[in-house]
Amino acid sequence: MPDLRVNGCRLVVPDGISVAAAVAIAGETAFRHSISGEPRAPLCGMGICFECRVTIDGMAHARSCQIQVKSGMDVRTT
Amino acid sequence: MPCGPFDALVIGAGIVGAACAEELARSGLKVAICEADIVGGGATAAGMGHLTVMDDSEEQFSLTHYSQLLWNSLAPELSPEAEFLPCGALWIAADGDEMTEVGRKHSFYTSHGVTAEILDAQQLLEAEPNLRQGLAGGLLVSGDSVCYPPCVARYLIGQAKHYGAVLFQPARVVEITEAGVRLQEGNCISASLVVVATGSWARELVPSLAIRPRKGHLLITDRYPGFLHHQLIELGYLKSAHAMQSDSVAFNIQPRATGQLLIGSSRQFGSKNSTVELSLLGRMLQRAVEYMPGLPQLSAIRAWTGFRAATPDKLPLIGPCPDRPNVYLATGHEGLGISTSLATARLLADQILQRKPEIPFRPYLPERSHVHHA
Repeated sequence: MPDLRVNGCRLVVPDGISVAAAVAIAGETAFRHSISGEPRAPLCGMGICFECRVTIDGMAHARSCQIQVKSGMDVRTT
Repeated sequence: MPCGPFDALVIGAGIVGAACAEELARSGLKVAICEADIVGGGATAAGMGHLTVMDDSEEQFSLTHYSQLLWNSLAPELSPEAEFLPCGALWIAADGDEMTEVGRKHSFYTSHGVTAEILDAQQLLEAEPNLRQGLAGGLLVSGDSVCYPPCVARYLIGQAKHYGAVLFQPARVVEITEAGVRLQEGNCISASLVVVATGSWARELVPSLAIRPRKGHLLITDRYPGFLHHQLIELGYLKSAHAMQSDSVAFNIQPRATGQLLIGSSRQFGSKNSTVELSLLGRMLQRAVEYMPGLPQLSAIRAWTGFRAATPDKLPLIGPCPDRPNVYLATGHEGLGISTSLATARLLADQILQRKPEIPFRPYLPERSHVHHA
């Protein structure tokens, strides 16, 4: 079972789930904030809407719904 | 709809036309502007928005330097959406030959009163940590800026209206007559003089002009604040990469006020449509990656093209149109239309109003013979 961190908190999640699912399991509801400061979260779940973007291992704007969890990942909402 | 007579009618509400309309209206003329599409929607929206002092000729320096002074006095009036960012320009030298060019440019700028600083390889990496190792150095011209031109064009049109100008939009001029202009729908607007500021489309109204559209590609990324601090331009830009004859690419990147990165550039003659050409876009990005190896990790959100109005001698056409007594030209700025828009407007108004100009306008007069077809 992959073992990762979401906003610094350690989380063990089922194999094969998306980073978006892991962020939701971690209890985060705001995946990112828009330019005007509004909270945003996954809408389409298929890589089109870009609302689910998080920072993974320091790389900003990663679409969490399109990326599978891996052990050791450091995921940050923004 | 008021149909004149106007003292001056400006065709085209790109940044050059908008600046001309503002300058003429503020000087007391009764001004009309005809825009076929939207304000600032052509090359003004497509370009990078650099406000750069150039050293490739005394004439280009004089115009860009004068215009930068005008930009710096306009900047405090602009709203945040105009994204005026005084980030400076950093010319990148890849090797020893280009470092020699850095020395030459440094002498030119400093002898002309422009602050410029030579950076060695280490200082270059400290200034821009995302550049690759092994570059030779650079020249930092800290007075250069960038802006978002369509919003500036809209501001200038607003100012022109404030001074009494009338904007006709959409209004496509199909003919310049002795009395003014005729629109596509058949209406005429009378004006004592007409200013053609339609960029690379100027030949539609004045076929004798030796202006050629020169296509360019740009790409913008998502927001990565802190990735880049200055506008970067490779020094190959002026020598090999942008030869007049063939398609070329050169590394040019800007930090935007939003944290986005705007990546250029390409130059093509002969391409008639605005399609993004993936082969050329690919070459352009490959060139950028040679300088900034971290770029492929970033997300691009949009790529587009635009058409610069290129003249054979790389100087714009500002002044009376030969053989057309009521027609003035303000076009042919190629890649420097944003930089030189404000100076263009000032020099054009100086000629129309017979005011004493602050810099000589003769080098930009359309009458210089080699600009015309035989």
